[in-house]
Order: sequence, then C-alpha cells, then structure tokens
Amino acid sequence: MEKWNLMAVVVLLGLTVRWTVSLNSYSGAGKPPMFGDYEAQRHWQEITFNLPVKQCAKFINPDWIALHSSRGYESQAHKLFMRTTVLIADLLIYIPAVILYCCCLKEISTKKKIANVLCILLYPGLILIDYGHFQYNSVSLGFALWGVLGVSCDWDLLGSLAFCLAINYKQMELYHSLPFFCFLLGKCFKKGLKGEGFVLLIKLSCTVVASFILCWLPFFTEREQTMQVLRRLFPVDRGLFEDKVANIWCSVSIFLKIKDILPRHIQIIISFCFTFLSLLPACIKLTLKPSPRGFRFTLVSCALSFFLFSFQVHEKSILLVSLPVCLVLSEIPFMSTWFLLVSTFSMLPLLLKDELLIPSVVTTMAFFIACATSFSIFEKTSEEELQLKSFSISVRKYLPCFTFLPRIIQYLFLTSVFTMVLLTLITVTLEPPQKLPDLFSVLVCFLSCLNFLFFLVYFNIIIMWDSKNGRNPKKTN
Amino acid sequence: MAAVGIATGGGNWFSALALGVTLLKCLLIPTYHSTDFEVHRNWLAITHSLPVSQWYYEATSEWTLDYPPFFAWFEYALSHVAKYFDQEMLNVHNLNYSSSRTLLFQRFSVIFTDVLFVYAIHECCKCIDGKKAGKELTEKPKFILSVLLLWNFGLLIVDHIHFQYNGFLFGLMLLSVARLFQKRHMEGAFLFAVLLHFKHIYLYVAPAYGIYLLRSYCFTANKPDGSVRWNSFSFVRLISLGLIVFLVSALSLGPFLALNQLPQVLSRLFPFKRGLCHAYWAPNFWALYNALDKVLSIIGLKLKLLDPNKIPKASMTSGLVQQFQHTVLPSVTPLATLICTLMAILPSVFCLWFKPQGPRGFLRCLILCALSSFLFGWHVHEKAILLAVLPMSLLSVGKAGDASIFLILSTTGHYSLFPLLFTAPELPIKILLMLLFTIYSISSLKTLFRKEKPLFNWMETFYLFGLGPLEVFCEFVFPFTSWKLKYPFIPLLLTSVYCAVGITYAWFKLYVSVLTDPSVSKTKKQ
Repeated sequence: MEKWNLMAVVVLLGLTVRWTVSLNSYSGAGKPPMFGDYEAQRHWQEITFNLPVKQCAKFINPDWIALHSSRGYESQAHKLFMRTTVLIADLLIYIPAVILYCCCLKEISTKKKIANVLCILLYPGLILIDYGHFQYNSVSLGFALWGVLGVSCDWDLLGSLAFCLAINYKQMELYHSLPFFCFLLGKCFKKGLKGEGFVLLIKLSCTVVASFILCWLPFFTEREQTMQVLRRLFPVDRGLFEDKVANIWCSVSIFLKIKDILPRHIQIIISFCFTFLSLLPACIKLTLKPSPRGFRFTLVSCALSFFLFSFQVHEKSILLVSLPVCLVLSEIPFMSTWFLLVSTFSMLPLLLKDELLIPSVVTTMAFFIACATSFSIFEKTSEEELQLKSFSISVRKYLPCFTFLPRIIQYLFLTSVFTMVLLTLITVTLEPPQKLPDLFSVLVCFLSCLNFLFFLVYFNIIIMWDSKNGRNPKKTN
Repeated sequence: MAAVGIATGGGNWFSALALGVTLLKCLLIPTYHSTDFEVHRNWLAITHSLPVSQWYYEATSEWTLDYPPFFAWFEYALSHVAKYFDQEMLNVHNLNYSSSRTLLFQRFSVIFTDVLFVYAIHECCKCIDGKKAGKELTEKPKFILSVLLLWNFGLLIVDHIHFQYNGFLFGLMLLSVARLFQKRHMEGAFLFAVLLHFKHIYLYVAPAYGIYLLRSYCFTANKPDGSVRWNSFSFVRLISLGLIVFLVSALSLGPFLALNQLPQVLSRLFPFKRGLCHAYWAPNFWALYNALDKVLSIIGLKLKLLDPNKIPKASMTSGLVQQFQHTVLPSVTPLATLICTLMAILPSVFCLWFKPQGPRGFLRCLILCALSSFLFGWHVHEKAILLAVLPMSLLSVGKAGDASIFLILSTTGHYSLFPLLFTAPELPIKILLMLLFTIYSISSLKTLFRKEKPLFNWMETFYLFGLGPLEVFCEFVFPFTSWKLKYPFIPLLLTSVYCAVGITYAWFKLYVSVLTDPSVSKTKKQ
C-alpha cells in the first residue's frame, strides 16, 4: 500500500480513538462548586474573552462565556465545542509534528516509521488527559516536539522559537528547558566560541529574548502585574506536593511526614538540590558531546528527575516525560513501551475519578497490541537491544558473571505488569478499608514511583555509557 | 518471553486485527443509540417475563416482536445474563429504560456475539483463492479480506452505534457460504436454515441457496459441456436437504403451530401495512421512482398540466411510515414489487442453473439476489445493503473487475447509511471511520491489482469523489440556509437519489459480468 495512504489510515485511527474517548465524561462533570479542569478552561476562555483583549468570535454562543453568569456552565453543545477545540489544536500542532518526526527517523523502513506514528498517536496517557479529563497538553507538547525537531535537524533558531512558544503556553515545559539549553550550548562550543559558535549563541539568545518579550508584552505594563503572573505560574505557597502523585516526596511521606517535619524553605532547598544533582551528569555530558540521540535521552532523564524530585508536581506532569520516551520508541521499544504503560497506570486514581475506566483499559490494551506487533518488543530484550551493552561490558570487568541483566529486566517487567493489573482490579472492584480511605491511590503512586526510579537509573546508565557515538558509525543519528 | 513474543508478534495478525476492532467497539459504547436499543430491551423483557404463548401477542410497547422464533429464544438466553446487570430492564412496563448498566450489557452482548462473525471470517479466509500476491503480509488477499470484513464500516456503525445484532447473523451467513466452498453442503444448508429462522430478511438470498444446492449438490455430475446430467440425480441428497430444512423449521415454528398461533406469527413477521419506502428512502429503484414522480409533479404543476386539488396532501418525503400514492406515475403495490424482484432475480438464477461455476458462481448469484431484492423490494431498509456488501468482499480480492464493483457498491452503500447517525457528536466518528475504510479499501485493492488495468474509469472516479461535496453540502452548508425550514427533507432526498444511482450501476455491472462470463470454467474449483 502506498506510504501516504497508510499514513492517512493511521492518523484517522488516532483521531477516531481520540474523538470516541472524548464522548466520555470530563473532569468535574456535574460536580459543583469546584468542578474541574474542564470548568477551568471554560473560565479562562471567559476571562480572556471578556476582559481587555477582545477578539471577534462569531461562532461562540455568548452564554458560554458571559462574565460571571456562565460559572459552571455545562451543556451538550458546549461540550461539543470544547472537545472540538481540543481536536483541532491537536490536528494543527501535535499530529503534524509527530508525523514529521517519524518521517525524519533514520535507518528504519517506511513501514516501521508508519508503525511508529501509530504507536505514538495511540499513547493512552495523552489521549485520556486531553480528551477525557480535558486539557490542552497537545499544544504545549506539540510545540516542544517542533522544538526538538528543529534543533535535531540543525534548524536551531526555529527550534528554539518553537520551544519558547511551548514554555510560554505552559510553564511546565520548563522541565525540558535544561536539555535544550545544554544541547544548544554544546553545539555552540563545538563550533568554537571564537567564531561561528559565538554567532550562533548571540542569534539564539536574541531569538529567545524576542519571543519571550512578544508573549509577555501585554503583561509588562506594571511590575505588580508581572509579579502576579509569576506568582500564579509558580505557586510555591501550595506546598511540596498536592494530592497523591507518583514522586519521591509523596512516597517518602508514607513513612516520614516531611511536610510536617521540615519548614517550607528547607523543603524547597532539598527538592532543588535533589533535582539538580540527579540531572547534572546527563546535562554536563550533553554539553560536552552534543548529539541528537543524547539530546533525546537527556530530555527523558531531565524531565523524569524533575517529576520525581521537584516541587508541586502534578500527576499529569508525567506526560512531559512520556513525550521524549515516545521519541525513543524506535530505539528501545521494549523499555519505552513498559515506561509508557506505567505512566498511564500512574494516573489511574485521576482517571477513575473522571469515570474513564473503560477508555483507559481499552486504549492501554490497544497501545500495547500496537507496540507489540509493530516492534516485536518481546524479541528485543537482549543486552544490545536494550542499549546496555557498554554498561554490561564495563561491569563484567569487575564481575565476570554479570550476564543475567536481560533476564532480570524481563522478570521485573512481568512483575511490574502483574502488579499493575492486580492493583487496577483491586481498585475497581474492592472498597478500601475505613481507616485508610486513600490506600489504593497511595499504593498506585508508590508502585509507579518505584518503577520510575528504576527508569531514572536505566536512562542515566544509557546516557553515561553511550560511548558509541564516535566509534560505531551505525549508531550516530 | 519468546512464547509471549510469538503469541503477540507478527505471527498472529488475525488475532491482532480482531482484537483491535473489538477494542474500537468498546470505545463506541457511549455513542448515540437508536430506538432499536429500546426494541431489543423490550424483547428481553417480553421473553424473560412472559410465557411463550404471549410472545407474539404482547403489545405494551410499540416495538412488538417481529423476528422469527430463534431470535426470540436468543433474546431469552440473553435475558438470563441480563438479570445480573440490571433486573429492571426485564420489566415489560419499563418503557425506554436505559440505565448505564443496561447500556453496558446490551453493548457488550453485541460485541460478544460478534465472536461468531470473527470465526466465520477466519473460515472464509481459508477458502478464498485470491490473486497470488507477493510475500508482503499487507498485500496478501487473506489479510485484505480480513480487514474489509472485520473493520467493515457499515457493520460497525449499524451494530455498535445504531444498535443491532447483525454481526453474528452475518457470521452465520458467511459461515454457511464458507461451508459450501468447502463442499460441506449439508452443514451449509443447515446453517442457512437456522439463519432464516433468526432473521427472515435472509429470504432475499434463499433462491440462490435453493437453486445451487439443487443443481450442484443433488445432481452429482455434469456433462462435459457443463449442462445438467439428469440421470445423476441423487434422491438421497434431496431428501436429506429437505429433512434438514424441515427439522429446523419444525424446531422453530413447531411450538407456535401447536399453540395455533402461526397466522399471528406470520403477520408479525411480514407487516405489509407499511409503505413502499421507509421513513428515509433506501437508495433503491423506488427512491429514483419517487424522485422522478416528485419532479414530474412539480413540473406538471408549473406547466398547469395537473390539478393541485387532486394531489394527495401527505407528502412522501415527510418521513412518516404510511401508505402513499404517487401523483404522476402509477402507484406501486406490494405485488408489483414482488414481480419486479422476481424478474430481476431470474436471469442470475438461470445462470446458476445452466452455467454452474461452483461456489464462486453461487456467491455471485447470492449477491445478485440480495442486490435485486434491495433494489426492487417493498419497504426496504437502507441497512439491507450490507446483505450485498459483505459477501461481495469475498469476491473483491479475486478479480479486478469484482474489486471495482465492490468498491463502488461499498462506498455508496456505506455513505447511504450516514443519515442513520444524525447527532452532532457522532458526526466526526462517522466521517473518520468512513474515510478510514474507504481509503484503506481503495488503496489496498488498487495495490493488489496494480498490474492490471486501473480499477475505475473517469466517470466512476468523478462519481465517487462527488460524495465529498455532497456530504459537505448536506451536513455543513444546508443547515445554515433558508431552505432548511421549507424543505427539510432535501439532504435525505439527495443522499438517497445519489446513492441509488451508484448502487444501480454496481448491480448492472455485476449482472453484465455474470452473464458474459465464459460458461464452463475448467478450474480446479469445480
């Protein structure tokens, strides 16, 4: 079958899955007075439309955004409108980026590229949050992906512009900012700081500053306004973590109530230190040896470090880690699929609250089948396939019998999947004990956190032991 | 790990396809469902709470039992599972009851019974002798056929959105066809007899079965030139076939014969009080006939050839299911449609008798019977087009000519199902799924037959592309024009007439290819 027809079929499949998920309930449906993210987005539309910057919007029903009187507005037509906006944003920004990215992948056949698109488009986490819970993550993730594309293909200015747009759309994208910074800095160093590199550095700084100024111009009118924006964007007053999230602080606080023991500013300092210590090695390596491949892996490990150790992390922030993992799906299919399954599972309490059980189960199974058939992931569990060859060789210098790594990893995978399925069944069918009403969510978060720690170690190993860039020409990318 | 790998890896593409479409069906659970949902809930209630003697008399709800007894027993069996989901749905007086558990149960029952359909497709894939293709998996005829049947757009939206139980019924039909291909004639006949007593609409294709079994099974040998050898008639075979049909019918209608309820059952099964056309005109010959009548009456009024007082007030396009009369052209009676249908079927049946070409010839005759009945039948539902589209898929991977006919038939037939889903949230689903199926089917069949002449000529291509603007006009432009209030039926009329052209054309082309085929095929498939 011709390439573009197959690609069209794959994209249509992705869109169909997205729209059918959107037929379900959204966050906060019918739950006054707080409602949920859906009401939040509607409210923001209300604010931005009515207050200063007025735009012409012929097709919007004024009742949906009437100032004040439209609080908590819920109707079928409005739901259709909101869902359609998500689909259009997705179609315009995220999906083209995914297609272009997969088409630019090197050393794999056309069929595999299209299969890659299918798997990325079927990633359950993004679909369930954007089309179920209701958010617009595909915009920021799409822009970030355009940024990755630009920077990997040596269109540095366009790439950084796209990434600046991503940050200014959603400040969570700052999780990805360090790898971008280190990669571009590394490129400048490589080109030589006395000549071309310096010129590139100047051009990049100007691009970044200009795009920030453009986005923030309407809010620069007063210093107080700028401070208020910053305060809203970075709510340090809200504490180390909120609700149940699969990161270190929440897991540690099961045993040790950090929130109560340590004062606020100490918490901030500790979280800052841990985050930066865990991502420093990868970033330094990226600055010294910039390569698109290293860039991708560093994106993963940086975002994961931020997710695990940072301040005020929401469970939805795992999507910021999932996007880079989707990008390395073709290189390490087995581990990536495993990670993406865990990332969806880690959001289980949130999805159950939004009554998205059936879509979650169905999309997860669809994703798993797509990956399993496209990449034959279960046959790709040797050392070489897991990119752990150089690491194993180094370890074998001290421990000659260290040959069991792939088998350990396989057992870990089976255990992980088994516990995930078991915990899902338990959460859905049983009631938690009276004394511990949050037991199941805490277990989900704790289990996911353990998995994520394992992945943090794994991805850092790949980055640090990735010495094949120079020697083996096949692996350069 | 390797075992898991083989199970989920490339070796078992059929399971992956089947599982994939099942997951898609699960995602369609919260979509709009039509009154057919209430119909089946009512039948669950009737069969569960009332004794057998009351089944065909019960009329609390307007949706009375009008399928043959086997389907009633099927609903009875389902009701025993239903009681674990929601006991309230089994109360006959709970009209329009649709709690979330009821919805879940009904949707899952359709998805679950589709397993028979999947099995039938698996059997069909074993029998088709598609064009020899390359080693690439996605270019093998078996793969393409599986996708065309498993992911059939029409079946997906009729069964899993609109809500019906066609999946397992088509499974029975395709299984009986597969058995006939595999020369297991008795099983094929048995399966078809059972099918008839599940849903009597399959009577449309009964002539094909009857003539084929008589000609190619009861007469055990042919003369060298292909004509019938009278002395090879086997009474045993005829008797055994008759016995099978008789026993199945006895099992089905026996209880009602004993209760003296046969006339009531038959009146429920064949309600001729309904009009020539359904509320929405199926894209058949009578749609063209009605449209022509309307056009002529308008012209007649304008040219003052007709007296406005003599025109019946009720318009055929107001969407009510009653009996109407035509203004200019002669009115059509049920008998007239029967005669037209029989005349349309006759050539293909004669072909099956005088120029038997084995199972393949039987399949063509079956499709022609289904299409002819669709085109000329009384009160035909647009969903009946599936009766022709699904078996046609089996032929489409064999010859380029058949592929071309299949594509025209399926694309127009599927498009004609659009008015079934008229709600806004389902609009993107039907467009996306239609595009998915159409792009896949056209692209894969074109690739399969790329070495032969192109599948479509310019006229056909133009016609198929015309469906796009038609859809845009009907769904996006028309609702905002001033005609919406005055002539609300225009989109339905346009859709129906446009598709009727395509379907009639496909029917005609198939007939031509059947009648002009070489009479004796010396292939191994005899």
